[in-house]
Amino acid sequence: MISMTPRKDISMQRTVLTPVFSVLLTLCVGAGIFAVLGYDPSAALYQFFVAPLSRPDQVADLFVKACPLIIIATGLAFCYRANVWNIGAEGQIVMGAVCAGGVALFFPAIPDLLMMPAMIIAAMAGGMALAFIPGILKTRFNTNEILVSLMLTYVAALFIDWLVRGPWRDPESFGFPLTKSYGDAALIQRVELPGIGTIGQLHWGVVAALALAVAAYFVMSKTVFGFQVKVMGDAPRAGRFSGFNPARTTLGVLCLSGACAGVAGMVEVSANMGQLQPEVSFGYGFTAIIVAFLARLNPLGVIMAGLVVALAELGGDRAQMALGMPKVVTGLFTGILLFLLLAGETFNRYHVQINWPRFDQLKSGQLKSDEEG
Amino acid sequence: MTHAHSAISAETAPVLEAVGITKSFGDFRANDAVSFAIKPGEIHALLGENGAGKSTFVKLVYGLLQPDAGQFFCHGNPLSISGPQQARQLGIGMVFQHFSLFESLSVAENIQLALPAGEVLTSLSARIRELSDAYGLAVDPDAYVYDLSVGQQQRVEVMRCLLQNPSLLIMDEPTSVLTPQETKQLFAVLRRFADKGMAVLFISHKLDEIRALTSRATVLRRGRNVGTMDTKGKSNRQLAELMVGSEVADISRHKEPGKLAGTPPVCRITKLQRPKSTAFAVALDDISFCANAGEILAIAGISGNGQDELMAALSGEWQPPTGDVIVLEGTDISHFNPAARRRAGVGVVPEERNGHAAVPSMRLSDNALLTHHSLGQTVRHGVIDHTATKAIAAQIIQAFDVRVPNDDPMAAALSGGNLQKFVVGREILKSPRLLVVAQPTWGVDVGAAVSIRTAMLDLAANGSAVIMISQDLEEVFAIANKIAVLHDGRLSDVMPADQVTAEQIGLLMGGDDARLGASR
Repeated sequence: MISMTPRKDISMQRTVLTPVFSVLLTLCVGAGIFAVLGYDPSAALYQFFVAPLSRPDQVADLFVKACPLIIIATGLAFCYRANVWNIGAEGQIVMGAVCAGGVALFFPAIPDLLMMPAMIIAAMAGGMALAFIPGILKTRFNTNEILVSLMLTYVAALFIDWLVRGPWRDPESFGFPLTKSYGDAALIQRVELPGIGTIGQLHWGVVAALALAVAAYFVMSKTVFGFQVKVMGDAPRAGRFSGFNPARTTLGVLCLSGACAGVAGMVEVSANMGQLQPEVSFGYGFTAIIVAFLARLNPLGVIMAGLVVALAELGGDRAQMALGMPKVVTGLFTGILLFLLLAGETFNRYHVQINWPRFDQLKSGQLKSDEEG
Repeated sequence: MTHAHSAISAETAPVLEAVGITKSFGDFRANDAVSFAIKPGEIHALLGENGAGKSTFVKLVYGLLQPDAGQFFCHGNPLSISGPQQARQLGIGMVFQHFSLFESLSVAENIQLALPAGEVLTSLSARIRELSDAYGLAVDPDAYVYDLSVGQQQRVEVMRCLLQNPSLLIMDEPTSVLTPQETKQLFAVLRRFADKGMAVLFISHKLDEIRALTSRATVLRRGRNVGTMDTKGKSNRQLAELMVGSEVADISRHKEPGKLAGTPPVCRITKLQRPKSTAFAVALDDISFCANAGEILAIAGISGNGQDELMAALSGEWQPPTGDVIVLEGTDISHFNPAARRRAGVGVVPEERNGHAAVPSMRLSDNALLTHHSLGQTVRHGVIDHTATKAIAAQIIQAFDVRVPNDDPMAAALSGGNLQKFVVGREILKSPRLLVVAQPTWGVDVGAAVSIRTAMLDLAANGSAVIMISQDLEEVFAIANKIAVLHDGRLSDVMPADQVTAEQIGLLMGGDDARLGASR
């Protein structure tokens, strides 16, 4: 009855207008829900969309919130584009943080200038190693990478928990599950502009995240590697015919996304925490999946999508604080926003047609038989 | 053995009658005014080469497609079949080539899923046993599908149809997955159906089976109904001729390229072996042949006899485990992957345009890159030169008269014939030493077919070798210099095209190799 046919050529105008329309629709639906629940719709929408953007330092904090999402979603975009489903970024974040933390805590003798590069390499290796496991199991034994990567998330979470409560715990932490604080060279500094100083929490990790997304866009659209990823995702048979190795592509994108997630974990700890604790990621690895899809798996789109999702989360926090709105309501609103953005994207890509049953069929009572045709 | 058809009187209204059934896909007519009738108690064959329109016709009967023109009649009443569920209600059952059974469920559970809700498993099992005994189907309702052989799974599918009391049972190439013994059993079952008055539409291109099983056959060629005739008294040769088209002999062949005679072969394939990779795959058995400069070597044969496997071995998508199997002008390319083979001078056009030779969701420039990225000029240090890929695409579009809606459209926006011209042109413009093409003009309109064949002839005339895997005998005789037939993974001797007839090739394609000795 309802048929969806892919549009052959999608106009630029449509691509730009669809998300705008989705956001407008979200505002209407959201206002309705807030009104029904007894909140002033205009005040609520102000807290969600305007207040978090009203001062430069608040805008900067938005970027800080979006930073890990952008880094992780950039890696995931490659993975999903190749039709490889890494759902375990949350665990790869943890392993990146752990490995970078290991360097920071146990190799303080590394020269200051080399400390950050060493930690980045360690973080990449950590995330990559965890992502490699589902990759090698998939390519060797045809296991399902979704399950393996997801389950390893719990392994990683328990591993860091054990580390910070056990062998890596700072003896002077009064029993708290915390490691020693990192040295200064292992911390990511705030961005300081001459004459202005620091802006909110804005740190160099944010700058690196934006640069990473731009570089990833270049790799995706201009290099043979990006081409390989897209071909293997769209038509694996054509990819093999072209001479690309499916197993290497799978491993490549998993390692790439693992490395990105690892770096995100390292940045979160070095910029915001300064020491390892049992929880280093607050669901970023899962939220980034939504960000990647919202961005249509385009690394430049990841920046926008990361900011939108961060805005919804910060706005939700503000609405809870300012209006006493329950968390479930702000979560509901965020859900509606994401749902409508993704739905709009579906309508953008597919021509949806509803074929009402023909009159003569209704007459002869053949309606039932239409279900399978 | 009593055949039901002997009991049929001319007055019996046909179970299914097709009148002027026409179906087009774009500019390709898959069915063109097909008309014939199936009588009750008759085993009727639908015969034709792959691509002749058999599958399209069956999908129309089963309601999976709707005809553009024409009408079906059931016992003389006009009917429009809007979907499979309605087809089943009308008493049409269908067993597909590939099965749709849940492996982890039992036979009875699988059948229960297909029936209207409310069927109790215990009584269903009893009915299955009853029918199983009546028809000699030997289906155990309690067996799990994963334990069953392919032939047994097919019988489960047949049983699933039977429980809906069909008056017409359609079997789409049912023997392609069966052993000879299983085929025999299936035929016994089908004959019993016919004896009880049920009609069977049996789709096949295996001539022996059709003569053994069916009473009448309707032959489709290029979507058209060539005729409906009694199969009794017809020889394989006569049927092959009908299937392939008698006009084959009238087409003038390309002249032998005498000036290149005596030069060493461009590519030599020696003892190519490939075991079965899946249940539906065909093993390649000791295939050896040479592709010579200036010649088009046609590998004739019906799809599913090892064409895909041979193609993968030649393109490098599958590589033989031992060396010296495929040697191109002195270089052993057996272990080369597709990109390396391209660098060595091999051009390949796979049979399937969408998703194999081309990526439908990508632009033509990117599709050009698909087979150019290993050849320099388009890629520097891993970075794609999009100006170069666009230039290549434009060159192909221009040289092969590819009709495009804009400068660089998605491959999906092109019609089948135009996309085929593009993927063939993409390889030919590289002037490969060896061009391997599978079904180069399958589903392509006449004009595009002519230009594709001309381009292949020109390439050969310039000293390249061409291997053309084709089941279109007309095409084979029109442009090939030499012909070999691939049947069941084995290749016949290579024969000069002017010394064999279409009938001889047709017989070899049907597996009858007594007349012309297969090489092994």
